[in-house]
Amino acid sequence: MRVALFATCLVDTVAPQVAMATARLLERLGHEVVVPPGQACCGQMHVNTGYRREAVPIVANHVRAFAGAEVVVSPSGSCVASIHHQQAMVLRRAGEEGLAAEAEALAERTHELSQFLVDVLGVTDVGAYYPHRVTYHPTCHSLRLLRVGDRPLQLLRAVRGLDLVELPAAEQCCGFGGTFSIKNSDTSTAMLTDKMANVLSTHAEVCTAGDASCLMHIGGGLSRLRSGTRTVHLAEILASTEDAVSPQQTTRPAVSA
Amino acid sequence: MTTAPERPAPTPLAPGAPRSGTTFLGLPTAPRGVGHLRGDRSFPDAARDALRDGQLRANLGHATSTIRAKRAKVVGEVPDWEELRQAGKALKQSTMARLDELLVQLEDQVTARGGTVHWARDADEANAIVTRLVQATGADEVVKVKSMATQEIGLNEALEAAGITAHETDLAELIVQLGDDAPSHILVPAIHKNRAEIREIFLRTMPQFQGPDADRDLPDEPRRLAMAARTHLRERFLRARVAISGANFAVAETGTLAVVESEGNGRMCLTLPQTLITVMGIEKLVPTWRDLEVFLQLLPRSSTGERMNPYTSTWAGVTPGDGPQEFHLVLLDNGRTAVLADEVGREALHCIRCSACLNVCPVYERTGGHSYGSVYPGPIGAVLSPQLTGVEDNASLPYASSLCGACYDACPVAIDIPSILVHLRAEHVEAQERTTPEAVAFRALSKAMSHPRLWRLTQRAAGLGRLLARGKPTLPPVLPPPVSGWTRSRDLPTPPRETFTQAWAREHGR
Amino acid sequence: MSAREEVLSRIRTALGERRPDVVVPRDYRTADERPAEQLREVLVDRLEDYKASVLHCGPDEVGATVAAALDTGLGAGWDPASVVVAPGVPAGWRPEGATEDDARPAVELAAFAATLTGVAVAIAETGTLVLDGSPLSGRRAVSLLPDCLVCVVEAGQVVGSVPEALPRLDPNAPLTMISGPSATSDIELQRVEGVHGPRTLVVVLVS
Ligand code: SF4
Repeated sequence: MRVALFATCLVDTVAPQVAMATARLLERLGHEVVVPPGQACCGQMHVNTGYRREAVPIVANHVRAFAGAEVVVSPSGSCVASIHHQQAMVLRRAGEEGLAAEAEALAERTHELSQFLVDVLGVTDVGAYYPHRVTYHPTCHSLRLLRVGDRPLQLLRAVRGLDLVELPAAEQCCGFGGTFSIKNSDTSTAMLTDKMANVLSTHAEVCTAGDASCLMHIGGGLSRLRSGTRTVHLAEILASTEDAVSPQQTTRPAVSA
Repeated sequence: MTTAPERPAPTPLAPGAPRSGTTFLGLPTAPRGVGHLRGDRSFPDAARDALRDGQLRANLGHATSTIRAKRAKVVGEVPDWEELRQAGKALKQSTMARLDELLVQLEDQVTARGGTVHWARDADEANAIVTRLVQATGADEVVKVKSMATQEIGLNEALEAAGITAHETDLAELIVQLGDDAPSHILVPAIHKNRAEIREIFLRTMPQFQGPDADRDLPDEPRRLAMAARTHLRERFLRARVAISGANFAVAETGTLAVVESEGNGRMCLTLPQTLITVMGIEKLVPTWRDLEVFLQLLPRSSTGERMNPYTSTWAGVTPGDGPQEFHLVLLDNGRTAVLADEVGREALHCIRCSACLNVCPVYERTGGHSYGSVYPGPIGAVLSPQLTGVEDNASLPYASSLCGACYDACPVAIDIPSILVHLRAEHVEAQERTTPEAVAFRALSKAMSHPRLWRLTQRAAGLGRLLARGKPTLPPVLPPPVSGWTRSRDLPTPPRETFTQAWAREHGR
Repeated sequence: MSAREEVLSRIRTALGERRPDVVVPRDYRTADERPAEQLREVLVDRLEDYKASVLHCGPDEVGATVAAALDTGLGAGWDPASVVVAPGVPAGWRPEGATEDDARPAVELAAFAATLTGVAVAIAETGTLVLDGSPLSGRRAVSLLPDCLVCVVEAGQVVGSVPEALPRLDPNAPLTMISGPSATSDIELQRVEGVHGPRTLVVVLVS
């Protein structure tokens, strides 16, 4: 299959290794990966902060950038959720009926990574190897908007060497919430603290999730505490293989940008 | 002990300020200067203090986790929960679509059964009506069933100004009233207090514990505390001549009103006094008697996590020889029609005040209800209060959510609270007459993100941020606002040398 | 303009001309097909979960079982005159010497130790007894003020679920749906039985 990769603005700019891992993984599974060069952002941050008018051209750009794609995959639950639940609505409100219909059609062809692997490709064992103790945080938009369910866990359970430990109170939000983390920094931090306490209680080396944004939040907190636990995106774990393990590597995933 | 903020005095009016705003259709919002829909501080400011109150955090964490588990259990045993939820949602939608018609039908039915219906445009008018009705009976005290509508309009204060004492009879309301505190939860207004604090309030304020001969033996066991409240209120119930209640539902077809409760204080108020005055928001209607079969299943399981609450009372007008012989129903607008005018926001009027959204909300669990500044806290408060008052009077509330969506999942009538929050944020942004620095940034970013070339340049500029890191894996913790909001408690990774799209293009020869 | 006219006109303005036509999906359960015996078991389970006591008996043993119920609620040796019965309660159910409710002021009922009533319908799934203000159920105050409430539920009165109960009830009657003794969860959201309503509920279930 020819898969168009939507990296998302955040991953592209600050966590390129996540997109690279996604591409490597899909290639390893025998698919051709293309990266449409016109891509930028899905518009979610603007919509969720109240700038829905300003989101219109961003969404339009997104629809344009992926116009020819047969199937789009993205390593971000919340961006895919925005594509499914917000884009057409924002365009419609701005009177862009035609574009809204295109956005809807594009949303149908757009998949979050774990859903693409399990539902579209029908694989749970992607041949990965990652010999670490890992806990999984189900991010809110993956959980409640996309309903990814236990797909990420199915994928993780099939990873060789991986010791999966359950995260207490896993379904509680980590406190990121986009601009919420800045506008309501104190409350966000209180939520993060509880999330970190739960993560640390598992004694996992790695906390993983399907959203780079939430991981940046949890990881930023763990790093500030100088804790030994780091955050690694699900795609990075799934892209890791035995061949790629190097002597210097600790919990660092095998594929880097 | 938790130091609860005193209930803020109603927002003072600047001289010459309008009493209330209007929506674009000219529909007035709830007036300023009366009632409890507006806080005196923004949410982030109030939350900052609440977060430091360890006792509050412990009390709330304990209470909300208890109720979450109970709710999950009893909801889980209903095989058709989702069907009931969708029916509840549709019933409320169809009610809103015919609200005028149904209210007139309700009025006819109540009147035909010996009740009197009053209409109140806003809090002031409702307070005046109720005060006049109480005065007409000659009573100088009333007993009250817990009611959000009367909290919203500040009825107790209005009665007090007229020399009438209102006795709250719900246990939690009583705790709040005796403690000179403000409610912090829809269902359990004293959820922020633990047993030890409640014991202290009772010992300090209940007449039965005063005086030299009083038996001050009161352990902090919930059962004993409930008994103390029983003793305290018994006499008041038996002598009361006037009761004031809210209503959970009103059936347009039959004129039936319903109050759902647990303790029996509601039954006391609805049964013993000669006069009953019910204040009800105009959105509390359901079209037919049959419709209660949906809500009586949804509400108790969602609110107290019980299969059914101990007592549900229904009545239609006046029943000779049984209960109050004089019945008044006050139908309250107070900004509801302004909410109804918003096609996205009107869904907030579907709320049946179960409080499930509060109990599952990670923000509410940590900040408590007082931070919201309104009698309606938590997720539903964050969408209802700003709409009742006009968004600009409660502008920080729509942002008081991480949009995690737990409220939507828990809501028994499937109100899409996150979508309304996002909608109200946009209403706030679009209401700004002056350009804010934030708007400048978002507009610039919008421009960049819609022009791929410009976007690549922007990304490169962001990448230069790595120079600040001087080779370290994270950026320095002290950065200027608004980034400081992040870096005060979280590290930011140093931006990579190359973006993904750059790296990909390089590898693939573009 | 009167407040009534103004509120109604605001609603019309808010809704505008084009009002949605909403179809209400009623695909939830409206009947419980379980056999009567099983429904009674569910009812008992729910009532006991609420900390109510349940006594079983045949149609001929109601009187004796009511007496046993009062033993449970009041302790042996209770005074029959301190028991008030709803006026429509059959003679065979009443303890000898019990007081029948009359037109006395409602607050005087507080002086009684216990109340005996029948019910209009009982809902198994939620453990709910519905009293409807009829002579058998009594006026509302009678089942409220005395501290112990004994209700007799007859065989044909048990339905499975809420949707089966409502059609049997008169929407204009003063109804009280009772699910266990009065209770509160207002202190740390922990349920405690017994506040203002009767603290003891004993159900006599007739087969
Ligand atoms: S919004 Fe929904 S969950 Fe929240 S109180 Fe209202 S009905 Fe309950």
